[in-house]
Amino acid sequence: MIDLIQTYDVLVIGGGNAALCAALTAREAGASVLILESAPKAFRGGNSRHTRNLRCMHDAPIHMLTEAYPEEEYWQDVLKVTGGQTNEALARQTIRESVACLPWLIEHGVRFQPSLGGTLHLSRTNSFFLGGGKALLNAFYHSAERLGIKILYDAEVCELDIQDGEFRSAVFKYAGATHQVRARTMVAASGGFQSNLAWLREAWGPPADNFIVRGTPYNKGVILRALLDSGAKAIGDPTQGHCVAIDARSPKFDGGIITRVDAVSLGIVVNTHGERFYDEGEDFWPKRYAIWGRLVALQDDQIAYSIIDSKAVGKFMPPVFPPVRANSIKELAAAFKLDPATVQQTVDRYNAAVRPGTFNHAVLDDCATDGVTPPKTHWARTIDTPPFFGYPLRPGITFTYLGVVVDQHARMIMQDDKPSTNIFAAGEIMAGNILGKGYLGGIGMAIGAAFGRAAGKEAARHVRQ
Amino acid sequence: MSASDLIKQVEFNMQVCNACRYCESYCAVFPAMEQRLTFSEPDLHYLANLCHNCGSCFYACQYAPPHEFNVNLPRHLAELRGETYRNYAWPGFLGDLFSRNGLAVSLITAVSFALFMLLTFYFQDPAILFSAHTGEGSFYKIIPHNVMVLTFGAVALYVLVAFIVGFVRFWRDMGESLADFARPVALGQATWDVLRLKYLDGGGEGCTYPSEYPSNARRWFHHFTFYGFMLCFAATATGTIYHYVFGWPAPYAFTSLPVVFGTVGGIGLLIGPAGLLWIKSRSDPETAEPKQLGMDVGFLVLLFLTSLTGLALLFLRDTAAMGMLLAIHLGIVLALFLTLPYGKFVHAIYRFAALVRYALERSRPAPNVTFE
Ligand SMILES: Cc1cc2nc3c(=O)[nH]c(=O)nc-3n(C[C@H](O)[C@H](O)[C@H](O)COP(=O)(O)OP(=O)(O)OC[C@H]3O[C@@H](n4cnc5c(N)ncnc54)[C@H](O)[C@@H]3O)c2cc1C
Repeated sequence: MIDLIQTYDVLVIGGGNAALCAALTAREAGASVLILESAPKAFRGGNSRHTRNLRCMHDAPIHMLTEAYPEEEYWQDVLKVTGGQTNEALARQTIRESVACLPWLIEHGVRFQPSLGGTLHLSRTNSFFLGGGKALLNAFYHSAERLGIKILYDAEVCELDIQDGEFRSAVFKYAGATHQVRARTMVAASGGFQSNLAWLREAWGPPADNFIVRGTPYNKGVILRALLDSGAKAIGDPTQGHCVAIDARSPKFDGGIITRVDAVSLGIVVNTHGERFYDEGEDFWPKRYAIWGRLVALQDDQIAYSIIDSKAVGKFMPPVFPPVRANSIKELAAAFKLDPATVQQTVDRYNAAVRPGTFNHAVLDDCATDGVTPPKTHWARTIDTPPFFGYPLRPGITFTYLGVVVDQHARMIMQDDKPSTNIFAAGEIMAGNILGKGYLGGIGMAIGAAFGRAAGKEAARHVRQ
Repeated sequence: MSASDLIKQVEFNMQVCNACRYCESYCAVFPAMEQRLTFSEPDLHYLANLCHNCGSCFYACQYAPPHEFNVNLPRHLAELRGETYRNYAWPGFLGDLFSRNGLAVSLITAVSFALFMLLTFYFQDPAILFSAHTGEGSFYKIIPHNVMVLTFGAVALYVLVAFIVGFVRFWRDMGESLADFARPVALGQATWDVLRLKYLDGGGEGCTYPSEYPSNARRWFHHFTFYGFMLCFAATATGTIYHYVFGWPAPYAFTSLPVVFGTVGGIGLLIGPAGLLWIKSRSDPETAEPKQLGMDVGFLVLLFLTSLTGLALLFLRDTAAMGMLLAIHLGIVLALFLTLPYGKFVHAIYRFAALVRYALERSRPAPNVTFE
């Protein structure tokens, strides 16, 4: 194992993007660093291993990014999605750092690629990692090994000794025993609590049992809870998070990006009662998919079914699981154990309401319904060309927003509004400072990079003093 | 894994990859995959042969084992390539034999040919075999020129036929026409990709072979092997021209073209295969396909021995060892040639075909799988 006699300069709890950004920065500033990661090596890196890009401000085309995405536009986007529930200073810091960190990422082995097939709409705003988040983490871990950062996998931190806002030591489980480690500073980069099913239930009630966790099973919020219990100031609502509609056949954890179903806006969605419940064509799918998790969560049994006909085939990113296929609507309904007559009726009523228009999935077209509730305001085409296809949908939770308050140096703020002397927080665990609600694709990694690096720098500085 | 289980496994891998796409810029497999929504068996063989087994996608994969989706393209596609080699080998039973124990078969073939020649020479006249010959036509005192030409001519012809049969069947099964194969742009693109080994660069910084740390070792060793092989081929070709056009019989001077090509190429064929064997021995068992190990090693060993005995022959050609060495060298070369259509060498045929098809597909209008 690792040396537990020594007092480390910086203890980093977590092994994702925020953690590694903090660890590398602190180490390069001369500190001795220990990373405790609760996952085994094969699953290291939390939710970061599932990511694909980083939203990146830029004033002119750089790397693989096209055109410009200036600070002001980025900030307006944050403002829009959060409805103003954000800390402007910290949000702007994230935005500026999103470009400042690029050379640093590249120096540490991270590589980029042009926006992926099917994601052209992100080619201006988001930098895609070659190989995705796991490749990014591999590069970080290789750098960490080279720099002599101590890393322990399968090591879940279960207790923190914090007195008057000062971190003393942590207790972690490793190889069937508990161990204590001391450090002069601590960086909490252990993500949200979305993998803690009991806590989800506490926040959401019984429907939470039917949620699928899109990312890592290791983000159980143990550290978040310990920090809040030790007097950290909380931010965010425990029921807020990023929740999308994904394929109901996905594994309970770690299904990642591939379980998403992008067919919704091309057809209709019915609940267990065989009825439609929301405008499927309200806006472009990438802008809307994050509301569908919540919409499905509000349906009975937290399940819904996306139904399309053969006209939609090839018009959306292929999901990992093949659709259920049938030659009639009734047959499809029966395959999902829905009442065939009701589903047929729903489809008939919808078809009758479809007004003629020119279908164009690339714009908010004029294909809409008239005289059906809820309406479908774009891309409404009759569902009448067999074979028919269906995907079962469930809420898939990406991450939660409840977190700890930090300042611009990533110092954790206590309930008396004073910063802790030696505790820092970075990544999802403090993302609620910037995202009170809503989400902007690619900002999660930007927050982790900005505050991970800030935490590493500040922790190393604190140790030197 | 049975052949049909393997197909199912690779098909599921492809569905995962097609929904994910994070590895898009590593190589040609992913853009080729994105042109499809479903994957027929010939599609899967096409994609398998586009894969250069660089390993980059495996280490980057969030769905790699122990994840339950068990995505491991380098390994599964290598296994499927094994099926390609077997399915398209001509005659088929030899393909089977090789796929099971390539190393043993290669070595046994080489040894038996060498022994056969030694014995033949010996029984003809032991004195010729064990005495030193120098000067013009010295090789042909051991083995008459006509015999050499006839034997190797026949073998070369046979090998060529086997290659063509395999290639044509593979090409047709992919649904392509032979006329399209001859399109200069696609052919040129594929050749250029092969000459640089574009897809062994892991998308830029080298591929993750033999381990998760990117390196260009494999690319370089392959270059040594490939260009070494080509130079040896050039040596033979210039030798043939010398003989038939100019009427100059071998052996040739150290400064002559055939010998310079052969020596430089031969050194490449020592460094390349030895290096490839060395990194193979250190490769990550996760991405390796154990069933093909024998086939791979058999080919590399024969290449190495061909070069070693060839160079030995060159430097000892004026001594009494020449007769022995010539028999051994020719035995190994004969074995190398005869096993070409059944061993690892055929990766060149199918990969080239796949690369040409990839270039063709790129030049055609994209199929109807547009999302934006
Ligand atoms: C499928 C999916 C796709 C996504 N795609 C993107 C994207 O493209 N771009 C983007 O910006 N964001 C994306 N996100 C969001 C993004 O993953 C997060 O915002 C980001 O990874 C958070 O980084 P982090 O380092 O704070 O947390 P994580 O990467 O989740 O790391 C938390 C770490 O803490 C460890 N840990 C937890 N508890 C303990 C403990 N008690 N002891 C020790 N270790 C512990 C975990 O094992 C893990 O290593 C995606 C999320 C998902 C689920």
